[in-house]
Amino acid sequence: MDIAELEENFSFFENWEEKYQYVIDLGHKLEPLDDSFKIEQWKVQGCQSQVWLVPEIKNGLYHFKGDSDAILVRGIIAVILLIYNDKTAEQIKNVDIAKIFAKLGLEENLTPSRRNGMLSMVAKIKEYAACQ
Amino acid sequence: MFDVYKIRKDFPIFSELVNGKPVAFLDSAASAQKPFCVLQAMSKIYETAYANPHRGTYFFADAITEAYESARETVRQFLNARSTREIVFTRNATESINLVAATWARQNIKAGDEILISEAEHHADLVPWQQICLEKDAKLIVFPISDSGDFIKEEFLKRLNNKTKLVAVTGMSNVLGTVFPIKEITAAAHNIGAKVLIDACQYAVHYPLDVQDVDCDFAAFSGHKTYGPTGIGVLYGKAEILETMAPYQFGGDMVDDVTFERTTFADIPARFEAGTPASVQAVGLAEGLKYMRSLGFDNIIRHEEALTAYAESRLLTVPQLKIVGTAQNKGGVFSFAVGKIHPQDLAFVLNKENVAVRIGHHCAQPIVNRMGYNSLARASFGLYTVKEDIDALIGALLKAEKFFKDA
Repeated sequence: MDIAELEENFSFFENWEEKYQYVIDLGHKLEPLDDSFKIEQWKVQGCQSQVWLVPEIKNGLYHFKGDSDAILVRGIIAVILLIYNDKTAEQIKNVDIAKIFAKLGLEENLTPSRRNGMLSMVAKIKEYAACQ
Repeated sequence: MFDVYKIRKDFPIFSELVNGKPVAFLDSAASAQKPFCVLQAMSKIYETAYANPHRGTYFFADAITEAYESARETVRQFLNARSTREIVFTRNATESINLVAATWARQNIKAGDEILISEAEHHADLVPWQQICLEKDAKLIVFPISDSGDFIKEEFLKRLNNKTKLVAVTGMSNVLGTVFPIKEITAAAHNIGAKVLIDACQYAVHYPLDVQDVDCDFAAFSGHKTYGPTGIGVLYGKAEILETMAPYQFGGDMVDDVTFERTTFADIPARFEAGTPASVQAVGLAEGLKYMRSLGFDNIIRHEEALTAYAESRLLTVPQLKIVGTAQNKGGVFSFAVGKIHPQDLAFVLNKENVAVRIGHHCAQPIVNRMGYNSLARASFGLYTVKEDIDALIGALLKAEKFFKDA
């Protein structure tokens, strides 16, 4: 699935219940992260749930795996990874995540006041991509 | 007569709609909402009598000084302290406790001494003692409570000995709602010569605190939980103890005579109030206390007890919900877990349903962990809470259970 497809799917929802049930489903389909990675080293400093993010580079493309112990956060991670995965550092730099989230109607998950760690996760992705 | 629906009209925020609907505010243990009289009293000072207190020789300065000092008198009455000299204004309860740690404890705690706290302390009544113990090579001793959150007298007494120099205990747990027998604890501590500090942040909101009756040496609470503004807290200390304490913050308003070589310090309580005080906030705090007193603690207690019983019976109807903290003597604070639903997920749905609760470790991580959790949801009540708030919570919890059922 690409972002265009995701946006189309999101456009059908009429209420938050439908939208977030779908987000939860995306979380279920998230590429699994082995438990051995669920340690301090890979933790994203969130606040209210645990979030892990593990980067990989293959042929100059970034591939991230992530997980959370909160179901909705796991779904949001799935959306974020769909947006950022298998891209070059340059492409990652150019993603306007706020714009995409606004289009999906998920912007409430990226506000600094909502301490679910998603903003920190995006910052971490950019940080990994900028280091290389 | 205590008519809670009429009382709610005193609180402007309750007419505020979010997404077109009223909010069930169940986070008073974190911070309470403010009645109009508090807002008005503060606004009136700014509009008619504002200047820097204690320094002026003109009308506004005199008026605010008078208002600030009469706020101190209101606090004295609220606590039934002997004198306004025993009332120190601070930034918040955390600062009140830190003040005692930085002055009294630093002067009096020696290597090998012990400070005794309960397992249910808020970080504010734990970390300052832990740090002073590390500094002084003293020992922080923790007395356990039962699995249901009850105070266990024997466990407390067992840890009290002639090395104990201070007992610091909450009057009411902000996580479990347990109300501690502070008078009994104080008497036992005094028997072996230890001093006692009561963290009254929650207690002072729900029960009358008579410091002469309890006989505690220190007590701390904050304005924003007692229906007053943020930025102001109270430290009560027995005058004869405060007098022995050296100041720990220096500057204006706390000195007697200053040369480049030396300074003599003002008498208590000014000695502990360096810099421009939060005078308007003190006025707001006093107004909040007067408001509570005008309603009457007997009425507030009766209302909150009925509400607590109602909440308990309703929460138990939610499948898979477990109340954490079921002490015999418990006030209007309910921490709970719902099946395997992560509290953050739970809070998301509750927020969508306009139900305001808190989730996390509630700044009391050790007790949340001790009860077997990393994070809990918490609903807490104030004098304005109504059954409808609890019904909204139950409705939202059932919705959340359904929402996450297949997830």
